[in-house]
Amino acid sequence: MAFDVLESESIEILREGVAAAERPVLMYSIGKDSSVLLHLARKAFHPAPLPFPLLHVDTTWKFREMYAHRERMVRESGARLIVHRNEAGLAAGVNPFTHGSSYYTDVMKTEALRQALDAHGFDVIFGGARRDEEASRAKERVCSFRSEGHRWDPKAQRPELWAIYNLRIRRGESIRVFPLSNWTELDIWRYIERESIPIVPLYFAAERPVVERAGTLLMVDDERFPLAPGEEPQRRVVRFRTLGCYPLSGAIESRATTLAEIVAETSAASASERQGRLIDLDQPASMEKKKREGYF
Amino acid sequence: MDDGKSTLIGRLLYEARAVFDDQFRALESDSRKFGTQGNRLDFALLVDGLQAEREQGITIDVAYRYFATAARRFIVADAPGHEQYTRNMATGASTAGLAIILVDARKGLLPQTHRHTRIVAMMGIEHVLLAVNKMDLVGYRQEVYDAVVDAYAPFAVACGIGSVRPMPISALEGDNLTAPSPSMPWYDGPTVMRYLETVDVSRPPSVGPFRMPVQWVNRPGAEFRGFAGRVSAGAVHPGDRVRVVPSGVETRVRAIVAWDGDRPRAEAGESITVTLGDEVDVSRGDVLAAADAPPEVADQFEARLLWMGSHPMIPGRPYLLKSHAKEVRASVTSIKHRVDVGTDARLASRTLTLNEIGVVTLSTAQPIPFEPYAVSRTLGGFILIDPFTFETVGAGLIDFALRRASNVHWQAVEVSRAGRAGMKHQHPCCVWFTGLSGAGKSTIASRLEQQLYAAGRHTYLLDGDNVRHGLNRDLGFTEADRAENIRRVAEVARLMVDAGLIVLVAFISPFRAERRLARGLFAEGEFIEVHVDTSLEECERRDTKGLYAKARRGELPNFTGIDSPYEAPDAPEVRLVTSGLSPDACATHVFDRLP
Repeated sequence: MAFDVLESESIEILREGVAAAERPVLMYSIGKDSSVLLHLARKAFHPAPLPFPLLHVDTTWKFREMYAHRERMVRESGARLIVHRNEAGLAAGVNPFTHGSSYYTDVMKTEALRQALDAHGFDVIFGGARRDEEASRAKERVCSFRSEGHRWDPKAQRPELWAIYNLRIRRGESIRVFPLSNWTELDIWRYIERESIPIVPLYFAAERPVVERAGTLLMVDDERFPLAPGEEPQRRVVRFRTLGCYPLSGAIESRATTLAEIVAETSAASASERQGRLIDLDQPASMEKKKREGYF
Repeated sequence: MDDGKSTLIGRLLYEARAVFDDQFRALESDSRKFGTQGNRLDFALLVDGLQAEREQGITIDVAYRYFATAARRFIVADAPGHEQYTRNMATGASTAGLAIILVDARKGLLPQTHRHTRIVAMMGIEHVLLAVNKMDLVGYRQEVYDAVVDAYAPFAVACGIGSVRPMPISALEGDNLTAPSPSMPWYDGPTVMRYLETVDVSRPPSVGPFRMPVQWVNRPGAEFRGFAGRVSAGAVHPGDRVRVVPSGVETRVRAIVAWDGDRPRAEAGESITVTLGDEVDVSRGDVLAAADAPPEVADQFEARLLWMGSHPMIPGRPYLLKSHAKEVRASVTSIKHRVDVGTDARLASRTLTLNEIGVVTLSTAQPIPFEPYAVSRTLGGFILIDPFTFETVGAGLIDFALRRASNVHWQAVEVSRAGRAGMKHQHPCCVWFTGLSGAGKSTIASRLEQQLYAAGRHTYLLDGDNVRHGLNRDLGFTEADRAENIRRVAEVARLMVDAGLIVLVAFISPFRAERRLARGLFAEGEFIEVHVDTSLEECERRDTKGLYAKARRGELPNFTGIDSPYEAPDAPEVRLVTSGLSPDACATHVFDRLP
């Protein structure tokens, strides 16, 4: 029952965004929230094909299984996929190991996103962010205005009453639209279970090669992972609550191999899902700062 | 305002186990850094997310929080209480089913308590939980609590709040939040959490007539045409008779199309796509409604308006009005009065400034489907958008229509000449001035147009100057060309009358045949021939343009009255003998003869 309300609200938001947009796009990060958003979009516009392309801002450091899942979902949904990489950042060799998560995220994610949005002139940009993820997200509008340069000003947000969304903008400005604003992590998992939405297998527990650094379990997904002298990846049964760049995504030890087990584990969880996200922790109020600069 | 709101919310989240260990550790560290509770946990910090707020120690925007118990799922809109954030509070209230109003037991009811309650009532929230907080600071005494409740209850009822549930609590100490407080054995009502889990806030109504604002027309190809939207009231089934509002066209629902197959029924709250039985015209912003009970359509309203813009609202200034998926130009025609939400006093006002609320009359450029806000938040709530900056500057609640476009939704009408005329509130007609050159036709016609304009009529004046230089510049002054000149002018006048205008034609038009031809283009009573009967001697004496002198010298061949005849009308509707009358008096004479 609660899902039907959430689902209907999200579909209403997706349709409002598309009705107002000249060049809409859906930010597709391959994770569970993106998977739910893509699923809702297919429902919202059925039987028409998706009225927008998917945009993946690719740092080149995602898990290999994420790239495979992306290709599968593009094939199944018939969506048009745009992949954007910050080529200047790649050429400069910016990576999460030597440059630190803050600088790396700024160049390879925030800057790359701005490049992609500018290059294609997208005016309405759908994202899968939820308000329960983090404190500054809790104050963001469903339809969040971005000035030229993609900047978010938390003190100058448009009031948002009822389900009436003001998507009017001038050239160069844009609106980030968050149809999953009112979903919680548990809602996402239960909905994935109910709707049988395909997700990246990394969310399920399996034996994986990991190293432990500063209390965080990192998966050694390819040969680019610089091991310390004498450091040996251990095989441990782990899974991920959130997925991003593999060097920045902490795994949790878990035996949950089915959606029902994930739901049970999530409802009993004593740590928030962003605990495994290293980019949120690198400076105080870091998410709010990133968002002001254009990060999702 | 310093009444422990964020503390209460933080505490509820904590008690509902919606606070994770890592967030709890952050809370511990934040409490030491920013906390206002000494060495204790400051639960408010869980809620006050933005950096600026932590630094200032107040809540500056609406924050949304989520928690769930075994019984229910909750969304908490944490809205600021300071007067300069009235708009944020209204924003939070616009989607809420229940409001918690906090009163500091030491202070009792404050002006802000009244203000908050009025905003909550205005936004249509029916349930209020009156949390008498900080009971620990008044020794948990029942008489303090009773005094607050006794003062509040009649006030809330007077504001129109349907249900008030008072509770004595301490957010800081956790009294009566999830477990009955041992410090207040005299209170035998439910705890906050128990009440929140059980209060009936079911909305929107799935009973009552069907309504669905159309958000998006789904047309992937020629073979499929669906209408997507969220049902705002009632229910719908395949085969149901529905009406498209405002066009009034009636049709049937063919199917409710969904991703996993067609559905037998959909009800309020659901986002759906429907196909219709006929090829009817439906656009974004239209409303599909039960055929026998459609919503009203109107273009003038009385509404309550909360101003949110930094520039004041000025009556007459254009704004964009958005209600559900309908966007239309609109302006406030007058402010009946401003409402002081602290005292409920009605104040005279010529503008509304930020956070002010007024009762206004509102006019939209086109009629829109609506329902009073008390009946439907979806069809009765609207926002105003500045047409230049695109900021959201106002939020309004429609109370009733001032002038109903009553027949519009019963019968689909093509846009007819009667419809166009009706929109202008006038009887279109052609006033045809004929007479010699210099008789005063253009002067009188021009004065008449001024009088009509002053009376709010929509007019246009066709005379030699604006027609000869454009439309008819290929024509000379031969008899054939003069006839063609009149024919074209008559045709243009006919189109303009068809468009709903009062058209004034000032041409010599010397020949009866052409004037008869012109008259034949109009319906009975729509052609008013005005003979400006000034004698040739008088015209030649005035000769303001020097034309008679030229004609007498033979420099202007075919000049009417000199070497070309003027055929005076036998039975004009109006005959003006101008000598001794001012042009204005002549114009008034014609004005009085108009339909």
